[in-house]
Amino acid sequence: MTKARNRLGVTPEALAKRRFLTRTLGGTGALLLAGCDKLNQSSAFKKVLSTGEVLSENVHRLAAGPGSMAQEFSAADLSPSFRGNGNTNPASAEYKALAANGFADWKLVVDGLVEQPGAWSLEQLRAMPSRTQITRHDCVEGWSAIGQWTGAPLAQLLALVKPKPEARYVVFHCADSFGSARYYESIDMDDAYHPQTLLAYALNGQTLPVTNGAPLRLRVERQLGYKHAKYLMRLELVNDFSRIGGGHGGYWEDQGYQWYAGI
Amino acid sequence: MSEQAKAPPPKPASYLYVRHALPVRAMHWINVVSLTVLLMSGLMIFNAHPSLTWGKSSYTGRPPVFEITALRTNSGQLIGVTRIFGHQFDTTGVLGVSAGPNGKPTLIAFPQWLTIPSSYSLAAARLWHIFFAWMLMFNGLAYVAYALTSRHLQRNLLPTRTDWRGIGQSIRDHIRLKHPQGEAAKHYNVLQKLSYVVVIFVLLPLIILTGWAMSPKLNSIWPGWVDAFGGRQSARTVHFVVAWLLVGFVAIHVFEVIVSGFWNHLRSMITGHYRITDPQRKTRP
Repeated sequence: MTKARNRLGVTPEALAKRRFLTRTLGGTGALLLAGCDKLNQSSAFKKVLSTGEVLSENVHRLAAGPGSMAQEFSAADLSPSFRGNGNTNPASAEYKALAANGFADWKLVVDGLVEQPGAWSLEQLRAMPSRTQITRHDCVEGWSAIGQWTGAPLAQLLALVKPKPEARYVVFHCADSFGSARYYESIDMDDAYHPQTLLAYALNGQTLPVTNGAPLRLRVERQLGYKHAKYLMRLELVNDFSRIGGGHGGYWEDQGYQWYAGI
Repeated sequence: MSEQAKAPPPKPASYLYVRHALPVRAMHWINVVSLTVLLMSGLMIFNAHPSLTWGKSSYTGRPPVFEITALRTNSGQLIGVTRIFGHQFDTTGVLGVSAGPNGKPTLIAFPQWLTIPSSYSLAAARLWHIFFAWMLMFNGLAYVAYALTSRHLQRNLLPTRTDWRGIGQSIRDHIRLKHPQGEAAKHYNVLQKLSYVVVIFVLLPLIILTGWAMSPKLNSIWPGWVDAFGGRQSARTVHFVVAWLLVGFVAIHVFEVIVSGFWNHLRSMITGHYRITDPQRKTRP
């Protein structure tokens, strides 16, 4: 018995197999995408996926320890201009008024779980011992820029306000907003007391420009850019941030980004 | 296999043997899933900043080495543009500008049919990417431990002296799509061994290390280690290039599987059983 073959000597069975194969591959691709999109909409599945992030946070914490130092660079590494991202000019009337006056009337309020709440003017913050560091700013999007930051270590301010023992996070309330949502961020006490964590008022030796967060922004060098809250208005010490904003500890965290931004 | 009906066949000169041990099969398929998701979610992450630079930061005063962007012509038409080392290519339809879910031209570096999720979401893509990165890493560690203790590495993967001597012949055989038959098909050929060893011990470790290099927290463990790759942005560029080298490996791997007996190989990677056929009988399954 001879089986029908086409010019290439391929039997119908083999052809059918090939057709099955190409269809399977094409179909699998389409199914995979559709399936992933479906899974992506499931909050239970997102919980499963986020175990990866939880694992990263804990492993990183163990591997780096609370005091590991971010790399510092030389002046030769400075980016020619430091990119401003996200909000680059807060629209609120309150901020506009403060900016118009060179932030002379601006004060940083520090309250929450502290023994001695208070408010500090830019002048007073500048009078504190400062730290200058050239560090790399890594945006979650993938780009990096190197800038020189000068500011008051947050640890110094904390020493003045004396956090209560139950304080676990510092929440940074900002002047900028996306739509009606005010920008805010939060860090834990390890990062808050870290020597490179600054309340920065100068970039590359100049007064901090509005684009980059004037009059004061946070530098928290071992985390991604969205943690580095700009346009600071108020620091609040809390033991839980679930009642602030959307409850996830930051504006971008409320949009689905991770609270731990070390990766 | 059923096409030999001319002469009464001699006694069945083919038999099944267990080619791949269960751990290898399981880890192979975990790799398939992890690498697929890592690639597709990685392309979504890349879409958030579709540009690669060499150096410690993205803004060094030098232009990107690779960039996907879009331009609008005077007539208002959108064109996708890809630049490699300053050379510009029109990649409309695939890179820069491609059809979105509604068929309309969409400004996006890699097309949405290639990304996880298919709609733009950096936060979700990062969740997928990091979860499957852990999976790839655990799988890789388990594999290396298994390959060493079971001597799979020493027995099956490291080229022997004879292998090295036959490398020229193996290259010629691959070009002519000629594959070992019969008993000789029981061993990986030398190019196959080399490609597996390079993927396992060079490309995968490199993509993991450059992945870590992008983490600001991991950077702080030993400040400056990232400069081994030329800086953080160079590491990101290497990460991207290695990802495509892995895609290249998979393309060749799947091609070789198809031309050297797709079903036989596929079965052996699922059930473990691979059929060895006497080369005297020139059958093509």
